Amino acid sequence: MLSVRNVTAGYEQSVVLENVSMDVQKGCVTAVLGRNGVGKTTLMKSIIGLIKPMRGNIEWEGEDITSLPPEQRVRRGIGYVPQGREIFPTLTVEENLLLGFEALPKKINSSHVLEEIYELFPILKDMLHRKGGDLSGGQQQQLAIARALIGQPKLLLLDEPMEGIQPSIVQLIRDVIMKIAKEKMVGIVLVEHSLDLAFSCADYFYIFDRGIVVAQGHVSKTSKSDVQQFLTV
Amino acid sequence: MSVFVTQLFNGLSLGSIMLFIAIGLAITFGLMGVINMAHGELIMVGAYATYVVQQFFAQYAPQSMDYYYVIAIPVSFFVSALLGLGLEKSLIHHLYHRPLDSLLATWGVSLILQQMARTIFGAPNVAVLPPEWLDGGVHVAGMVFPYKRLFILAFVAVSIFVLYMYLNKTAAGRRIRAVTLNRDMAACLGISTQKVDAYAFAIGSGFAGLAGCALTLLGPIGPTIGTYYIVDAFMVVILGGVGKVIGTVLGAFGIGLIGTLTEYSTSATMAKVITFALIIVFLQWKPSGLVSMKTRSLD
Repeated sequence: MLSVRNVTAGYEQSVVLENVSMDVQKGCVTAVLGRNGVGKTTLMKSIIGLIKPMRGNIEWEGEDITSLPPEQRVRRGIGYVPQGREIFPTLTVEENLLLGFEALPKKINSSHVLEEIYELFPILKDMLHRKGGDLSGGQQQQLAIARALIGQPKLLLLDEPMEGIQPSIVQLIRDVIMKIAKEKMVGIVLVEHSLDLAFSCADYFYIFDRGIVVAQGHVSKTSKSDVQQFLTV
Repeated sequence: MSVFVTQLFNGLSLGSIMLFIAIGLAITFGLMGVINMAHGELIMVGAYATYVVQQFFAQYAPQSMDYYYVIAIPVSFFVSALLGLGLEKSLIHHLYHRPLDSLLATWGVSLILQQMARTIFGAPNVAVLPPEWLDGGVHVAGMVFPYKRLFILAFVAVSIFVLYMYLNKTAAGRRIRAVTLNRDMAACLGISTQKVDAYAFAIGSGFAGLAGCALTLLGPIGPTIGTYYIVDAFMVVILGGVGKVIGTVLGAFGIGLIGTLTEYSTSATMAKVITFALIIVFLQWKPSGLVSMKTRSLD
């Protein structure tokens, strides 16, 4: 459903991604792996539209979306949880969640959607009136994922969602990722630098090094030791 | 005692006027970060809109002259808001992230608007006659509180309340706050940031129009009325702290009270100097103003 075709992207004069191609399938978790600074976040920003690629195309359900602004891509069904979460700090948890509805057309049964979200992340229900900025890192991460899920995305981009978070929450987030992929057939792009974590929930993987794809394949047909060399520092 | 109460009332009244000229700017400058030198002229446009409504009533409906002001309030809001919308779409939209350019360009716009006012209405000031029901005042223990000043106090209180509710309780207000806090993330949630910019700017401009409408109660209006107020308006917003409407409220009444109290014990010029000096000292101590946003993730 998402095809990245020969994309070259970067900032100002420096090229970060070079001629990258990638496909993401419905209902599959696609892991994007690599050391720090190899272009994983740049790839995410190119897909959501915060960075305009210098060359190449991004196709979504057969449509070329390379020149669309982020809000148009989001309304077509792409959800984005950035690295660092980017919760609105002075807005309450509830207001942050309500902003998730911006991706949807006006007429929608919001209470039903919210109930579903509280089932996935029960802690948010108890914190509705707290300021987003007062939450702990793990709580903010849950809020960021919940906010993106409210927009009913068909594709969810998660940029290092498990980074710096306590193990019990990592477990919870991993379960949620696998659940929405299998039950709601959401395509997921998961950026990770931990091979173990990525392989524990992904179906397919791409490994990046210095802006290019150095390895890709099905998780079930690949042994960790074969790809370890690309990730050790 | 009565001197003190009178001065206090004058301070509140001056504060309410300061607040009125600054609320619009609190949105365009405080929330959106646009340095709009034409803000004063948007006030002027609101004032002339009130004048036009009055002339219209005098011409076509002299028997309902008493109520022209009620019509003038929404008219001045919408005329200034539409002008602001046009200004945003045609000019300011291209100048976000270029504060110096937007300062110069909007200053140019302010000169154009002043000249247009001169061409249409003539250079001399014109008088707007306040409706009769605002003549006179409340007499309490030998002191007089003019209805006009009380009306402006109430008018600004209602305006602030409406603005507060709009920003904090409606979906549109939530979008404005989200874009203000994090433009990229707001876009990544499906918010059209360009639309939000345009609406927010129009609303800020509309409030400038309301301020102009209120100012007509206090004296004659002229093409340069806006330039008298633009510096004060920026001062109030900066003192209050950008990004929070409540800061603007505190800033306006603070400046109003200090201004009147020092003016009573010195002179008008001295009062201005002392007020400015106090603000400078205060901003040295607290550079982000009276009310600054503070949360874990912003530290």
